[in-house]
Amino acid sequence: MKKLNPIFEWFILLFCTGTVCFFLGVILYDLVSKGWPVLSWAFVSKGPTAGMTQGGILPAIFGTVMLTLITAVFSVPFGICCAVYLNEYAKDTWLTRLIRASIRNLSGVPSIIYGLFGLALFVQSMGMGTSVLSAGLTLGLLSLPYIITTTEEALRRIPASTREAALGVGATQFESIRDVVLPSALPGILTGVVLTLSRAAGETAPILFTGAAFFIAGGSGYLNQEFMALPYHLYMLSTQHQAIEQVRPIAYGTALVLLIVVFFLNLTAFYIRYKHRNNE
Amino acid sequence: MQIRARENFDRTFRMIFRATGFLVIAVLGGIFIMLLYNSIAFFVKVSPWDFITGTQWNPSGRAASYGMLPLLVSTGIVTLGAMIIAVPLGIGTAAFISEYAKPGLKNILKPAIEMLAAVPSVAIGFLGIVIVGPGIAKITGQSNGLNALNGAILLAVMALPTIITVAEDAIHAVPRTYREASYGVGASRWQTLIHITIPAAAPGIIAAVMLGVGRAIGETMTVLMATGNVAAFPRGFFHSVRTITSTIAIEMGEVPYQTTHYFALFAIATVLFILTLAVNLIGEYFVNRFRKFQAA
Amino acid sequence: MSEEKIKLSCSGLNLWFGKKQVLKNISIGFPENKVTALIGPSGCGKSTLLRCFNRMHDLNPDTRIEGKLLLDSEDLYNRAISVTQVRKRVGMVFQKANPFPKSIYENINYGLKINGIPSAERPAIVESAIKESFLWEEVRDELKKPATRLSGGQQQRLCIARTVALRPEVILMDEPCSALDPISTLKIEELIRKLKEHYTIVIVTHNMQQAQRVADKTVFMYLGEVIEEGVTDSVFNRPEKELTRNYISGYFG
Repeated sequence: MKKLNPIFEWFILLFCTGTVCFFLGVILYDLVSKGWPVLSWAFVSKGPTAGMTQGGILPAIFGTVMLTLITAVFSVPFGICCAVYLNEYAKDTWLTRLIRASIRNLSGVPSIIYGLFGLALFVQSMGMGTSVLSAGLTLGLLSLPYIITTTEEALRRIPASTREAALGVGATQFESIRDVVLPSALPGILTGVVLTLSRAAGETAPILFTGAAFFIAGGSGYLNQEFMALPYHLYMLSTQHQAIEQVRPIAYGTALVLLIVVFFLNLTAFYIRYKHRNNE
Repeated sequence: MQIRARENFDRTFRMIFRATGFLVIAVLGGIFIMLLYNSIAFFVKVSPWDFITGTQWNPSGRAASYGMLPLLVSTGIVTLGAMIIAVPLGIGTAAFISEYAKPGLKNILKPAIEMLAAVPSVAIGFLGIVIVGPGIAKITGQSNGLNALNGAILLAVMALPTIITVAEDAIHAVPRTYREASYGVGASRWQTLIHITIPAAAPGIIAAVMLGVGRAIGETMTVLMATGNVAAFPRGFFHSVRTITSTIAIEMGEVPYQTTHYFALFAIATVLFILTLAVNLIGEYFVNRFRKFQAA
Repeated sequence: MSEEKIKLSCSGLNLWFGKKQVLKNISIGFPENKVTALIGPSGCGKSTLLRCFNRMHDLNPDTRIEGKLLLDSEDLYNRAISVTQVRKRVGMVFQKANPFPKSIYENINYGLKINGIPSAERPAIVESAIKESFLWEEVRDELKKPATRLSGGQQQRLCIARTVALRPEVILMDEPCSALDPISTLKIEELIRKLKEHYTIVIVTHNMQQAQRVADKTVFMYLGEVIEEGVTDSVFNRPEKELTRNYISGYFG
């Protein structure tokens, strides 16, 4: 190969990195500069009025919080238990390998297919109808493989000697897991959980047919009712509304609030990770 | 507590933990059975051949036709476009972070990439409508820029963090001795990167690209919002397209339960499932090769 | 040796990890209230043997054990005895100090709690266990602090205290000083000599001086077999086997 000018070589890579950063910059700049003026206390504390063209997005915020909580209640205990089984109990049998293969495949299944599955299973077969519960469980299934993977990683970092310490004083295996292994792995598990939930909070495709609604007057809070959610709200405002230009500011505000929620959860996760590293 | 009670407790929990393992298999099995069952219901009415090779997707017309080729090609075009943008950028960025960036810069770039990964797809789709769309329209003189190119750009943004992270791991894992050997014979940093490091990291980089492809094929919201959703046979990057995912998203909300149209959406979902599964399996194959290389 | 009471023993013990046989037909007894040292080059199976006596191999599915292991006259691997009971009676101190990520007090209290010692009795037991382990003067005012703040030697003594608190009959020690500085090592050796008044102790060590300093009896192992055993003084000064002589004079290991 002909020798390139070193400055030029360096420039190629810098250009790639710069472009990636440019993408991020555009996203942040556009959403913040146009969403910020819309934000106000009223925007996050009032419901929409005048056919969505005015008012706030409180029901959507409320719906997203509730949805995320249901997702967590379902996926966190199951995910942690499964990870404990795989890392602490499972022997290397064909069954274990099948479970691991399932987890890997589940994490690659497109989110819209989870939406279909939620529709077929929760909404139709189990008779929950389009509701916040159906949608939360659907997102719970979607989150399950991520929770399992991150929890297992956290458990794997706990050295065998920690487990032996508990067994050595006569603890049963379950006691050693409950009292020593899980508490030691907690920061790692928590980081994974928060990151997974931040992803779930931003998902739209799985809730399209499982319960998200364009407009609900006030948040009902009942599990069997349809709900508004930030990502779905943004989708509807930006594509389905009849006065698209008129609701654009509200769409920007919604996008910024969604971004703030997601980044806040991410920062929480980084903080836990950072704090834990410093303690070690 | 009595020893016997404690041990029963221990046994019970072992069983509970194991049951959650079965739950995971059940979820994947459930998805699989759901797709299969509904697809069979569809193929009873429409021949698989017409379904795969048909060039017209028009399920609600009087003479309903269920040709999924336009959807398949749409997904292909958008994904291809996304990879043309994302693969070079991703590998270049990964190489820069791993080989050139000073630790201080690395500590800024890595969180920036994690931040990009955290942006919800619906927000990126929204920006496709308000920024990328009008931008493309201005350049091409079209009325709006909602087309395959728009979708490809957005999907590239979505796939970049995955590609960068996995490729960076792969490049980073190339043993130091390889590089030292190359420097030792007088190669420059760039020559070492191009001729030694990247080829050595190739399995990991291919895995990174495959994971990116998997993400792009399965992504719904960005393509739904940015590609215009015209179900005609796609004619190129500057025309509207309608991917498999957006078709499901648009039509599932409106079809009556258990009609041919309803089953048809599960049939295209099955195709989507198989596609992503295949891509992920290929990716996994290369990840394993990469691991073996790391272990050696 | 014949008048000594044998506390812990095994006969015809074979152990495999997968297809590899790690212990070969081992028959050996550990006398009560004495310190027995297991020595030998790394990989000879001494730690593996030690772990058989409190069933630490139970969790490893690849391990297969054959033979009879007795505590007094009870079979340790009898199905009627639970593994938790075995571990309470046969305590273990590990190579690397592994305190729980809890406070100093909780480190000792934990074993008492799960083994059903009434909470009213626990504080006194914790205190006496720490005193027995020569740690009281150093930590009496810091019982609430996390155990991980202690120095390596202190952590290891805390681990001994944790074991002692349960009043085991036997204490197994797996190279307890290998990660410690010389001064901490001496403190622990002093502690071991003191502890044998109440406990039967088996210690694995790669340090031959240490074996001579603390052990009444020494067992030399090589490639999964017991080559020679006897009173420490005679094993080191008048070894009967060529292999033993070569090892203790530093030809290999």
